[in-house]
Amino acid sequence: MTTIDLPLPGARTGTELVPAVEEGVTQTAKEFTSDQEVRWCPGCGDYAVLKAVQSFLPDLGLRRENIVFVSGIGCSSRFPYYLDTYGMHSIHGRAPSIATGIATAREDLSVWVVTGDGDALSIGGNHLIHALRRNVNMTILLFNNRIYGLTKGQYSPTSEVGKVTKSTPVGSVDHPFNPVSLALGAEATFVARTIDSDRKHLTAVLAAAAAHRGTSFVEIYQNCPIFNDGAFDAIKGMGEHKGEKEHAIIPLTHGQPITFGALDEATGLGDKALVRAASGGVDVADTATVPADAILVHDAHNADPSTAFAISRLTDAGYLNRSPIGIFRQVDRPTYDDQARAQVATATEAVAGQGTPEERLTALINAGDTWTVD
Amino acid sequence: MSQTKQVKQLDRVIIRFAGDSGDGMQLTGDRFTQESAVFGNDLVTLPNFPAEIRAPQGTIPGVSSFQIHFADHDILTAGDRPDVLVAMNPAALKANLADLPKGATIIVDSHDFTKRNLEKAGYATNPLDKLGEVDDPLAGFQVQPVDLTGITVAAVAEFGLSRKDAARAKNMFALGLLSWMYGRPTEPTIAFLERKFAKVADILGANIAAFKAGWNYGETTETFVVQYEIKPAKMRSGTYRNITGNLALSYGLVAAGVRSKLPVFLGSYPITPASDILHELSKHKGFGVTTLQAEDEIAGIGAAIGAAFAGSLGVTTTSGPGIALKSEAIGLAVMTELPLVVINVQRGGPSTGLPTKTEQADLLQAMYGRNGEAPVPIVAPQSPGDCFAAAVEAARIAITYRTPVFLLSDGYLANGSEPWEIPDVADLPLIDADFATGPNHDTGTLDADGNPERDFWPYLRDEETLARPWAVPGTAGLEHRIGGLEKGEGHGNISYDSANHDRMVRIRQEKVDRIADGLPPLEIDDPSGEAKVLVIGWGSTYGPIGAACRRVRRAGHNVAQVHLRHLNPFPKDLGTILKSYDKVLVPEMNLGQLSKMLRAEYLVDAIGYNHVYGLPLKAAELAEAVGALVGEAEGRDVDLGEHGLNPPADHEEAPVK
Ligand code: SF4
Repeated sequence: MTTIDLPLPGARTGTELVPAVEEGVTQTAKEFTSDQEVRWCPGCGDYAVLKAVQSFLPDLGLRRENIVFVSGIGCSSRFPYYLDTYGMHSIHGRAPSIATGIATAREDLSVWVVTGDGDALSIGGNHLIHALRRNVNMTILLFNNRIYGLTKGQYSPTSEVGKVTKSTPVGSVDHPFNPVSLALGAEATFVARTIDSDRKHLTAVLAAAAAHRGTSFVEIYQNCPIFNDGAFDAIKGMGEHKGEKEHAIIPLTHGQPITFGALDEATGLGDKALVRAASGGVDVADTATVPADAILVHDAHNADPSTAFAISRLTDAGYLNRSPIGIFRQVDRPTYDDQARAQVATATEAVAGQGTPEERLTALINAGDTWTVD
Repeated sequence: MSQTKQVKQLDRVIIRFAGDSGDGMQLTGDRFTQESAVFGNDLVTLPNFPAEIRAPQGTIPGVSSFQIHFADHDILTAGDRPDVLVAMNPAALKANLADLPKGATIIVDSHDFTKRNLEKAGYATNPLDKLGEVDDPLAGFQVQPVDLTGITVAAVAEFGLSRKDAARAKNMFALGLLSWMYGRPTEPTIAFLERKFAKVADILGANIAAFKAGWNYGETTETFVVQYEIKPAKMRSGTYRNITGNLALSYGLVAAGVRSKLPVFLGSYPITPASDILHELSKHKGFGVTTLQAEDEIAGIGAAIGAAFAGSLGVTTTSGPGIALKSEAIGLAVMTELPLVVINVQRGGPSTGLPTKTEQADLLQAMYGRNGEAPVPIVAPQSPGDCFAAAVEAARIAITYRTPVFLLSDGYLANGSEPWEIPDVADLPLIDADFATGPNHDTGTLDADGNPERDFWPYLRDEETLARPWAVPGTAGLEHRIGGLEKGEGHGNISYDSANHDRMVRIRQEKVDRIADGLPPLEIDDPSGEAKVLVIGWGSTYGPIGAACRRVRRAGHNVAQVHLRHLNPFPKDLGTILKSYDKVLVPEMNLGQLSKMLRAEYLVDAIGYNHVYGLPLKAAELAEAVGALVGEAEGRDVDLGEHGLNPPADHEEAPVK
């Protein structure tokens, strides 16, 4: 899980129109850190993500004033306050719509949305899917802790069935969303999943997401030690799951056969492999029992999202003992904001020779059937 | 012209075209309006149509109508009672008959009075069969049955259309006939048809043929013996065009963008009767206008807020139910103090209510419909053409004071039209976006070179307006975070301090209150200066209130009128004005919302006059109410005679001074 592919060569990158810092200038994580005291609970996974973002942003090489973070409501949505960029901590669920306005109005901004499982998938579900469908040039970081933290511990739309919380004392009965499946279903052009505690992987995914032109959707498994501690222990190989990490993570690397579990040093493959199922979906098989060419090779650039979707279904819906991690999909499709701006630019160029805006306004309001009274 | 025709002078006429939703009555009315506008009459129009795109054919709920009042003098309303009804089917006759005064002319398409259509309209017998008999249900009216369909089909035979398509041109026949009756110019309509049907030669030919046949029918047959002449109105010198409220509003937003040098960004979700603004603005990309049709009402305003943060003139358009959905986001704009224009083209409520009918029952929603103390300035246009100036004013306040602003239009203003004196663009206010360009605050410390260090405080205010700086992304050194949580005074960081919250709530209120400092004094229309009764209104009731006051004055009584453009804050002289009259009447198309605000603010006994019919107030009825109040105030009987509900009525010219 070390190599992360980058967007297809040739396409415009996500930050291409954003002014870069002058050559020779290096920025530091400190410059991206605001003077506000960080107020998450001790041990919250949000800290790790914040640190990763603060040290990743300088590497982007963009002017700090051209970066905007927008968030909704929830623990993770405090994120913008801690970054010394432009930012807006908005209202519950609406960050993607606000970011859509920002990204469409300005091609020279690098736009980021920070949201959570409740914010993005419950109250703001509509805005999320429509941002993905439109493919607005921005990166959405969805911190999934599978619980409501800020409102003190109710189950969320990603909580497993049977979750016992304050609002579900005898267990929740609603089926959870798989955020990656949802994003793929909404035809997102960039879909990835990473983990708060894996700084290296997280940073690599952020870099690929920023480089992608269009809406980059990144689900980050984030531990909430207060209300849902250990939700990702299997994936992290922690607690009673110590040493099980390789068995829990299905690593996705573009161009590589997808295997996991105990590593065979000779072949470099894990003892489990993904193979095409008879149903057309994807199954897990023992690597030893399948021919090498039957092992699924990950193709993030496949225009058809159905294999990526099938892989996403290997995520446990209940307690998370197994989950594919990495970039599921990265394809190029024209972005909403580029096209909307192009329409405005074309129209503006077409009237370039027709006088000042005031003169054109005069012509506009005097058009049609008019009459003059002396 | 045949010898028997006479020409009669009239000073005004009210015509209502009524038919099935599919009969093209709105188009017919529109064309007649354009002809009258170009001819130079003053006019006011009132379209009225069902919410269904194609309501059941031939039924009363499916009737669509278009009323036009045109005159040789300055008029204010579309008129209470049509002098002429053109009814294309039995349902149109039945639905509109009660609105006609005795003596009115009714032109019906006798062809459509079939057994089936009569049944659908609920007629047991054909009323046309009884004309002139003792039990004539239409006795007292001048009924002119004409086989509009039959004659039209014959007139367009040469174009080889199907019978159905041929019959569809009957609205142009009716238009031609009415154009002859009132001496309207025909060129604009022919030119219009040539544009509209440029690509379908047979349809174009049929429509022109039907239009001409209608004209010739009036001129050559014996059915119609009188042609009427309504001279052009004496209007202020200037260049005019006819305009609907939604179009004027759209142009106003384009103008606000031009005069503020800001790109306009509209985030909107389609809703009746506001969608036309979205349609219109989407045509003006050449002015740098971006329109985003969002996934829902909330996303519409969300995108507009985002664009405002990014330095655009953010606009969102909707109607009442949409405002309900946008309320939380409007609160965010209040808290983040970003410029934003929120347009509510009001319709009948509550809930889905009456989507195509007018009402002004969202004033209190605009005033108070948010959690917390969340003051939002409110402006309202008073006529279709005035929507232009109101839009510019809303943008001026939004940008100058960094605040969301409500613009309350309504369904009547949106679709109604009037001649509009086209303003000179140079006379429109220049709006200064005044973006922040550098730090605004001394940190109190010295930098390495010993110079005072300065930083940026996003909530440090302009002393006069209390507006905060608008620092847009891309401006180096001004990076800052805003949001919905309470802000610390000045520095703008999150603050849960109770004293700070109390101060910030008061500052936000004070900022909105200070808008009144920049407002001009109210115009009081009190020609005699002796009125004891003041009639005060807001929004589209301007026309009916003005017409009612004129009637009362024509009957020899005194009454004063004031109309409010600004509902929040109120102009500073409003309190004194209210207190200088014995009685204050507040006509509104709601159950008393402005009256409640006036009572609360000024402790005056504001008397409500309230109707929610989904239609504009009727001037004659309102005149009677004003008259009664004048009588009460002056301690005498007031009889408006023919200037109230008694015939001939419907005259709204101002009395000679
Ligand atoms: S409640 Fe949970 S998610 Fe929220 S800050 Fe505390 S640990 Fe983090």
